[in-house]
Amino acid sequence: MATPPESQAAGQAAADTAPPEEIHAVPVRHPGRWVAAAIVVVLFAMLVHTLVTNSRFDWSVIWSYFTSARVLRGLQVTILLTVVSMAIGIALGVILAVMRLSANPLLSASSWVYIWFFRGTPVLVQLLVWFNLAFLYPKISIGIPFGPSWLTANANNLITPLAAAILGLGLNEGAYMAEIVRAGILSVEQGQSEAAQALGMSRGQTLRRIILPQAMRVIIPPTGNETISMLKTSSLASVITVTELLYAVQLIYSVNFKTIPLLIVASIWYLIITSVLTAGQYYVERYFARGSARELPLTPWQRVRRYLTTWHATPPAPPLEPQQRDAS
Amino acid sequence: MTLATGGGEPGASGTPMVLAEALHKRFGRLEVLRGIDLRVARREVVCVIGPSGSGKSTLLRCINHLEKINAGRLWVDGELVGYRQQGGKLYELREREITAKRAEIGMVFQHFNLFPHMTVLENVIEAPIRVKGISKADAIDRARRLLDRAGMADKTEAYPKQLSGGQQQRVAIARALAMDPKLMLFDEPTSALDPELVGDVLAAMRDLATSGMTMIVVTHEMGFAREVGDTLAFMDDGLVVETGRPRDVLANPTQERTRAFLSKVL
Repeated sequence: MATPPESQAAGQAAADTAPPEEIHAVPVRHPGRWVAAAIVVVLFAMLVHTLVTNSRFDWSVIWSYFTSARVLRGLQVTILLTVVSMAIGIALGVILAVMRLSANPLLSASSWVYIWFFRGTPVLVQLLVWFNLAFLYPKISIGIPFGPSWLTANANNLITPLAAAILGLGLNEGAYMAEIVRAGILSVEQGQSEAAQALGMSRGQTLRRIILPQAMRVIIPPTGNETISMLKTSSLASVITVTELLYAVQLIYSVNFKTIPLLIVASIWYLIITSVLTAGQYYVERYFARGSARELPLTPWQRVRRYLTTWHATPPAPPLEPQQRDAS
Repeated sequence: MTLATGGGEPGASGTPMVLAEALHKRFGRLEVLRGIDLRVARREVVCVIGPSGSGKSTLLRCINHLEKINAGRLWVDGELVGYRQQGGKLYELREREITAKRAEIGMVFQHFNLFPHMTVLENVIEAPIRVKGISKADAIDRARRLLDRAGMADKTEAYPKQLSGGQQQRVAIARALAMDPKLMLFDEPTSALDPELVGDVLAAMRDLATSGMTMIVVTHEMGFAREVGDTLAFMDDGLVVETGRPRDVLANPTQERTRAFLSKVL
C-alpha cells in the first residue's frame, strides 16, 4: 500500500521543527524482584547439585537403559495405544456430539447416557472389565440380533490385553471428546448454518464443510490436552499386562531393583513425547486459525529466521497491513 | 389483495414469483405473522419496511424455508413452500426437496454470514460445486465474473475478516448470485454497515434490480426504496398494513400506522 501524500507532508513538517529533548529519568528500583530471582537461582543450583552428586540417581544405569530394546518396544506400545485410542475417542466423540445435538430425543438421550456412564466410572475399572470380558461373555458372535449368528469367536482369544486396553481407553475417551466437540459445534454462530442452508446445502454438508472446520478452533486445544493426558493414562494398561513403557521398565526393575533410575527413564520418554505433541498442537492450531485473525502470528521458526536476516535493521518492519476500507 | 406492479414486466408470466395468502407463523405462543397477504411479480422489486419486531425477517425466512409456516399458504414460483399437495392432502417435503428449493432462492443477511475459514473465492464457489455439482473450473470462472462485477476482483484470495463490512456484503451478494437464483431476498443488507460503506452495497443491489432480478428487500433505506423499488410494503405487528408505489406510500400513506412510522424515520 502506498503511503498517502498527506502523511508524507505531515512527516516533513514534523522533521522541520527540532524534536523535543529525550527524557532521562532515574528508573524505579525493584528490590523484591532481585530477592525472588536470588531464591530461584539458589533452588535451581540445589537441584542441579543433587542431580549430579547423589550417586543413587545412577545416571549410568539411566543412560544404558534409555535406548534398550525392551524400553523402546514399550515406548512403541505406548505410542500405539495413545494414537489408536485417541483416534477411536475423536471419531466416537464427533458421533456422540452430533447425536447429543440431534432433534431425535432417543439419539440425544442415548448419547447423554453413554457420556454419563463412561465419565462416571474410573477408567481403571473399565480397563479391568474389558480385560475380564470373557467372564461375562465367553463367546462373542456376529449375526442377526436375537437371530442366528454367522461368526462366533472365543472371547479370550478375541480380547487380548492390548485390545482390552484400546477398547477401554478409546471408549472412555469418546465420552470426554464428545463434550469437547459439542462445545466446539455450539461455539459456531447460528448465522453460519443459516447461510449454508440458504445456499441449499444439506445438513450433512453444512456440518462437514462449514460447522466442523470452524468448531476445530475451539476443539483443538482441549484435544491436545486430552492427547497428552492419554499418553500418560495409557500407563494404566500396565495393570492388565500390556507391556507399554511403564510395564516394560517395571519388568526390568523387578529383576535388577534399580527402581528409581528406570522410572526416570520412563519419565524422560514421557516428557519427550509430550514435547513433540505440544509442538504438533501448535501447528495444527495455526492451520485451523486461518481466516480467524487478519494476520497469522509468525511461527517460532519464522521469527528466528526473520531475526537472523534482519538483525542489523532495527526495528523489524511490521507485516503489511491488509486494506481495511474500500479503495475510494 | 393484488398489487399493480410498477416497473416490472407483468405480462412475462401469469404466475407470481411469490404469493402469500393469510400466512401465519408462531414461535410458541408468540404470533409473529398474523395473516400476511403478499404478491410479488416476476422482475418486481418489493421493499418491505416497518418497525423492528413487525415480522419482516420472519417473512423472508418463511419464503426461504428456513421457518415452517403454521397456517395459510405460501407459493414460490407457483409451488407450495414446504409442502406437496396431493389429493387434497398436504405432505411435508423431504430435506432433499427443501434444499433443492432453497438453492433457487438467494439470501443476503444483515451480518453477511460469510464463511470465515474460506477465502472470498472459496465462499463463492462452495455451493455451486457442492449443491449444483458444477465443475470447479466452471465455478471459479463464474465466481470471478461475479466478483469482478461487484468490484472485488482483486480480493479473491482474501479472507472475510480482512475485508470491510461493505466488501463482505458485496461478496455475500456474489455468493448468492453464484447459485443463479430466480429470487433474491435481502434481510436488512446495509443495517450493519458504517454509513460511508452503504452506498457501494446499494449500488450493487440497484445493478441487480436493473438486470431484472426479482427481489424482496427488507430495509430501512427509504431512498433506495423510493428509487429502486417497484412496490413498497409497510409491515406492523405481523401484518402487511399498506402496499403501493413507493412514492405514493412515502408521500401520502393511507393508514394511520404507516403515517406514525414514517413520521419517526423520515
